[in-house]
Amino acid sequence: MSAARRRLRGPVEESPAARLLLIAVTIGFVGLFLLAPLANVFASALSEGRAMAFAAIGDPDALSANRLTLIVAAIAVPLNAIFGVSAAWAITKHDFPGKSILVSLIDLPFSVSPVISGLVYVLMFGLQGWLGPFLRAHDIKIIFALPGIVLATMFVTFPFVARELIPLMSDQGRTEEEAAVTLGASGWQVFSRVTLPNIKWGLLYGVLLCNARAMGEFGAVSVVSGHIRGLTNTMPLHVEVLYNDYQFVGAFAVASLLAMLAIVTLVLKTFLEWRYADEIAAQHRH
Amino acid sequence: MSLVIDSVRKRFGAYPALEGVSMSAPQGAFVALLGPSGSGKTTLLRILGGLEIPDAGEVRFADLNWLAVPTRERRAGFVFQHYALFRHMTVAGNIAFGLNVRARRTRPAKAEIDRRVEELLHLVQLEGYGKRYPSQLSGGQRQRVALARALAIEPRMLLLDEPFGALDAKVRKELRAWLRALHVRLGLTTIFVTHDQDEAFAMADLVAVMHAGKIEQYGTPADVKRAPRTAFVEEFVGGAGGTAG
Repeated sequence: MSAARRRLRGPVEESPAARLLLIAVTIGFVGLFLLAPLANVFASALSEGRAMAFAAIGDPDALSANRLTLIVAAIAVPLNAIFGVSAAWAITKHDFPGKSILVSLIDLPFSVSPVISGLVYVLMFGLQGWLGPFLRAHDIKIIFALPGIVLATMFVTFPFVARELIPLMSDQGRTEEEAAVTLGASGWQVFSRVTLPNIKWGLLYGVLLCNARAMGEFGAVSVVSGHIRGLTNTMPLHVEVLYNDYQFVGAFAVASLLAMLAIVTLVLKTFLEWRYADEIAAQHRH
Repeated sequence: MSLVIDSVRKRFGAYPALEGVSMSAPQGAFVALLGPSGSGKTTLLRILGGLEIPDAGEVRFADLNWLAVPTRERRAGFVFQHYALFRHMTVAGNIAFGLNVRARRTRPAKAEIDRRVEELLHLVQLEGYGKRYPSQLSGGQRQRVALARALAIEPRMLLLDEPFGALDAKVRKELRAWLRALHVRLGLTTIFVTHDQDEAFAMADLVAVMHAGKIEQYGTPADVKRAPRTAFVEEFVGGAGGTAG
């Protein structure tokens, strides 16, 4: 009786063979396309011993690239987080003409090739660009300098936070905010005590993605950076420079730093989801 | 301290939600806005609560030009159809919200707020539930938390939007009697929206039957039942009376 029952399947369950096949295919793909290349990055970095890898990471040019990448992310990510929150707030909690156009515009960086977005800034701020003469007259450097790299990074990572928050906030609706106002809360109190706590997980997730992309961005930054070693090379650009110089160990060593950043992002996200599982579930169940 | 609504109009785009609504209610009255969906009853309630601004008309309450009072200063206790509890706050946090957001000089001390929360939990029969989250409560319990939260600000009027709409029939009947008793005890002018004629007639002192943005008839439940003034009222109210015998 019990053996017979065990053989019964739920209506959407597949046969054991089909299940095995599905799992095998999934693991196969993950292994082949995600894990193997990742392992290869670390293996290549360590192929000539740990000392070589650490030397490449400790190289002054590499350190300068690290520093620049961190500075760029430290400027671009908070600005995009602020922008993303205000855009999502404006779009989901208020009605105004031109709203749908704004929503599509926010997606623009996703549909434009990063190289093009870099070129746009060169055309605007470069020496031959629209604002070139003005910037030269006032001795302001944007292209081939930090401001250009920050601008290009911001452009590319612009939609991450807003994209994460807009569906979440429109799903949550406005009634909690309305309730808060009838209870006497000011606009700022409504935002800080009701809106923000309700979106904190989505916001954190958007910021993590935004940060990962900001540190890893290659195309747009490559166009505006000028590749000046020790000055305007970010980590991804430094990897390319080393690789083109046939310094494979160095290239892979710096690449493993970037790979570790991705792993840390993933671990952080998983940890937060595990640590605050109850709270997240409570927010979704409601 | 009576409520006077005078020729209130409201359009949403091309859709007329309220087409000149006038009514008045004495202080402490329990008024039901009764009508089918789309009749404008929720819009009227939201105007009283300060959540919509009418295109024309006047509202006077307690000798105030009510529409000129900013939403957050009205102290109109609003209970939403789906409760709109703050999901990230405990039950106690929800109830204390209206006190915690007050400016420092009018905000009660922490101990006093705690005491008031306990008092309100007792009033809505939810003692011991203060530390729970809304997601851990049943529909009827959430409904009572929403009511306690609205009462915490010492409201000048109470506005209830389909207060029992999302509850099952048994809980609805229990809460009906309880809310009626609570109203008698507090003496607050209370307006509630419903599409259920049984509920309106069982609880309210005065019933306004609404249809297509207008009040078709306004009077005591007995009057409305005995002498429906229009064909719509007769049909809408008669539906219930007919089946009951």
